[in-house]
Amino acid sequence: MINLYLEHIVAGVGVTLLIALGSLLIAIVLGLFGAVCKLSDFRALHVLSDAYSTIVRGVPELVWMLFLYFGAQIWLNQLCAWLHVDSIDIDPMMAGIVTIGFIYGAYMTETFRGAILAVPKGQLEAGLSLGMSAQRVLVRITLPQMVVHALPGFANNWMVLVKSTALVSVLGVSDLMHRAALAKSATGNAFGVYLAVCLVYLAITSVSIWLLRLCEQRFSRGIRKAA
Amino acid sequence: MDELLSELAAFFGGSVDSGPFGTNDGLVLTLLLLVIPMLLGLALSIPLAFARNSASAWIAKPVWMYTYLFRGTPMLVQLFLIYYGLAQFDVVRDSSLWDYLRDPYCCALLALTLNTTAYTTEILAGQLRRIDWREIEAAQSLGMSRWTMSRRIMLPSALRRALPAYSNEVIMLLHGTSIVSLVTLTDITGVARHIYSDTYNPFQPFIIAGVIYLLLTWLITRVFMKMERRWLAFLKPMTQSKREQKPS
Repeated sequence: MINLYLEHIVAGVGVTLLIALGSLLIAIVLGLFGAVCKLSDFRALHVLSDAYSTIVRGVPELVWMLFLYFGAQIWLNQLCAWLHVDSIDIDPMMAGIVTIGFIYGAYMTETFRGAILAVPKGQLEAGLSLGMSAQRVLVRITLPQMVVHALPGFANNWMVLVKSTALVSVLGVSDLMHRAALAKSATGNAFGVYLAVCLVYLAITSVSIWLLRLCEQRFSRGIRKAA
Repeated sequence: MDELLSELAAFFGGSVDSGPFGTNDGLVLTLLLLVIPMLLGLALSIPLAFARNSASAWIAKPVWMYTYLFRGTPMLVQLFLIYYGLAQFDVVRDSSLWDYLRDPYCCALLALTLNTTAYTTEILAGQLRRIDWREIEAAQSLGMSRWTMSRRIMLPSALRRALPAYSNEVIMLLHGTSIVSLVTLTDITGVARHIYSDTYNPFQPFIIAGVIYLLLTWLITRVFMKMERRWLAFLKPMTQSKREQKPS
């Protein structure tokens, strides 16, 4: 009987991966933006990005998730009432992706900020001296060279992000955890069901470690190692 | 205003009438779930970190397996595995441990402890591997036994240098405690969820909860900053005044 459900649970891996990768994309964009803001000379941008990374990283994911999911629904309802249109229900999956992306954007901000600072200043000056604009230096010189410095922190953030996707089941998204909860009630075999979920997560993190190691090898080609 | 006050009091285990700290709900529960696993985890991870670096594969591999399993899976699944999973085995139900394992509080303590021990073990083991070989040679040249060297040289050195990574782990643990509200416990997050289901107003309870967590995170960061300033002072670059004091 449990075999039937195992198939159904493992099928949830697609949903979990979709949430993880979708929120990773948002986190990278927010993180790059936040890091550049944090390093900018504009005081307002600086303060804003500081507040973002401090407040978001100081509050548990679950609290953010419940707050944003329930809160955003109320805001949306009020907006719809104000515009005199039918209210829209927030899709829990989208809510999960946006929330996790928003949270890990803060962690990425810190990772990327450190990585940008690790690029030798002479590289930027060389770019500027060749007449490149500041934006061009950022895109052509800084960002490609920061990748290698960002990778260890990035890898760490990704691992934590993947594991935090287990929380979206609270919003009712049919990810691994949610399917497991249904299977648990149907079969009564909670141990087997959650063990299966454990193994799936373990597979995801193991493959991630392997892929990220390959990336690290590729991006550190130009770095000289001590003999 | 009265409503806000009673909501606020609920986070500190009380109500407007009874005052704060009537029960162990809210802040007290969160702190218990933070401090007990933290101390247990620290105590357990010291021998485990040495075992993780052991030359014998029979000792090192099982510890590696343990940390790999617990760091590779979400804490929520670990908690559910313990809370829902263990109950179906007759061996567990018939044993004297059943009184503890049926209690969500004990299950939460167990899950949090196992989880943080795995992370702390890896942090410590990493620092133990990174000890300067000269410190070890100096200890050996003084004729220290392995036990004395581990206790007097390696452990203090590794514990100090583990502080920055460990402060992150403690914050992660604090944030991890919020999931216990999913096994019926009323920690800070649990109180917020209860108030939300009563009032259908998500803003007040979750903002109060968020602010409490933010303050706790800030407090942990401050304490660790103080500890780093004290115990990692030797790693800081020399200041001008100290350089002047040095005999030339």
